[in-house]
Amino acid sequence: MSAAEVHMALAGRRQREGRRVVLALGGLVALVFCLVFLTLSCGRGCLAPADLMAALLGHEDAPGFIVNDLRLPRAALSLVTGLCFGLGGVAFQVMLRNPLASPDIIGISASAGAAAVFAIVILSFDGWVVSAVAVVSGLVVVVMIWALSSRRGAAGARLILIGIGVSAMLDSVTAYVLLEAPAWDRAEAMRWLTGSVNGAQMGQVWPVLGALVVFGGLLAAVSRDLDILRLGDDAAQALGVRADGTRLRVTVAAVGLVAFATSAAGPISFVAFLSGPIAARVMGPSRGLLPAAGLIGAVLVLAGDYVGQFMLPYRLPVGVVTGAVGAPFLLYLIVRTNRNGGTI
Amino acid sequence: MNVMAKARQLTAQELSAGYDRRTILEDVSLEVPAGKITAIVGGNACGKSTLLRTLARILQPKGGSVLLDGKAVHQMPSRAVAQVMGLLPQSPIAPEGITVSDLVGRGRHPHQGLFSRWSAADDRAVEAALEATGTRAFAERELDTLSGGQRQRVWIAMALAQETDVLLLDEPTTFLDVAHQIEVLDLLVDMNLARGTTVVMVLHDLNLAVRYADHLVALADGRIHSEGAPEAVLTEDMVRAVFGLECRIQRDPISGGPSMVPIGRHKSQLA
Repeated sequence: MSAAEVHMALAGRRQREGRRVVLALGGLVALVFCLVFLTLSCGRGCLAPADLMAALLGHEDAPGFIVNDLRLPRAALSLVTGLCFGLGGVAFQVMLRNPLASPDIIGISASAGAAAVFAIVILSFDGWVVSAVAVVSGLVVVVMIWALSSRRGAAGARLILIGIGVSAMLDSVTAYVLLEAPAWDRAEAMRWLTGSVNGAQMGQVWPVLGALVVFGGLLAAVSRDLDILRLGDDAAQALGVRADGTRLRVTVAAVGLVAFATSAAGPISFVAFLSGPIAARVMGPSRGLLPAAGLIGAVLVLAGDYVGQFMLPYRLPVGVVTGAVGAPFLLYLIVRTNRNGGTI
Repeated sequence: MNVMAKARQLTAQELSAGYDRRTILEDVSLEVPAGKITAIVGGNACGKSTLLRTLARILQPKGGSVLLDGKAVHQMPSRAVAQVMGLLPQSPIAPEGITVSDLVGRGRHPHQGLFSRWSAADDRAVEAALEATGTRAFAERELDTLSGGQRQRVWIAMALAQETDVLLLDEPTTFLDVAHQIEVLDLLVDMNLARGTTVVMVLHDLNLAVRYADHLVALADGRIHSEGAPEAVLTEDMVRAVFGLECRIQRDPISGGPSMVPIGRHKSQLA
């Protein structure tokens, strides 16, 4: 190839790749939109689009209660928590160069969940305070896992195994607190054990949306440095990226996203873990992995919740459905990772 | 390569460095000749990589300083250093499925701002790097599909795309067969001649280091044993002190310079 041909080929490829990123992200946004529409309009029976619009606009004769008080908060909570789990998950997976290192496998979701349930049930906190407790607890667990695995940034099996141990410990804390709870209620328990958007209220949505803006923004600001960090610490530093500083910011952002989402909807099983690898398959090696993972997270929660509510013989919380999808994928990843040591 | 490198003064002053409590490098003072190729040689664990990583600002020194044009690099912003000095580490990691041109493009990172888009200068730098390393033909291929020698050339292309005046390389020829070793070293000389890039590399093949370097630094136990022109540094005494090996020095029939022939306990005709 001549220099001119290479120039054309590279420029053409970048253009194609740009189009591909836009197309893929656009497709995912459309899918999320469809699922939101489905959640709003269809329950046992389906509303006509005109009735749905009328209800959303607050017309008197429209089924306003069902749409605005039941379905809208549910769809909104599914959307924002899905985005948070997807973004937080992929950030950890990319940073630690291992798909198994997602926050729900290495105990960060579990710690946020345990802290939230403790704050609500034992300390009777609510609102932002619960989320703040969950974030702090998540950060404490990250520090603990890093200290125990004693190799900062290393994505070794050691870090993941320690994370799994910590996760199991914290799950038992959650179970214990729930047993101690005075008004023991099965739906509430399911929320903290597997994650659920049942009984969602708009009041739960706003803190998660705030977290999405703040921590999502932080993540977006470091996303280029995060991408360079994939080349290894030395190569990244040689390219002007401060490895430790980048890791710190990514960790705070990811823990913030996951902890806020968890304190609202519980640790919705495997959404953080599944979103990144699925996004990587959708996007290929091109850019746009982070937003794609966020959107996939939203798709998983919205679709999982709809399936759990209306497409199975029993009504199940979303975490049970995503868990049933996630567990086989976890096995597949472990088998595949052992075979070729693949990253995300 | 159209952009000429500026001559940069890279010096180490009474440098000590190591990991945790262990000090590996002690009191090393070094002046890297600008626009020349410097090779660092020495036995295993003598501190070669530690010296390179400290020069490259990756490792914080325990004592002394590294100066780039008179300024302490460890006090400079990472991005500013990365615009002037590049490093190819011993085992960089390639993201799965990445294409050659994409990886080479990563070398442009220090020249891009948070919101700045890919520019024509970035394009030119990547194309020139592909050209110089002979990797243009597989610009579109995935890195995983290339041979070891080709992959190493791509990594060097990434470092070239960074367009730094100083390039540090940590054992750029490890894991390569002898033909590819020569290919990579020839490429570094090409680049040095064409752009005037200052090259500092750690090499473990003493004879190749002697042949390709303008300036040779022999390290032993974290200290500089000797440095200077390869003809002056490569002596039987130096090899004994640095590597603990008996040898003969003879003339390299190809380069005309010295070359080392090791003496082991077996296969020797010496009395």
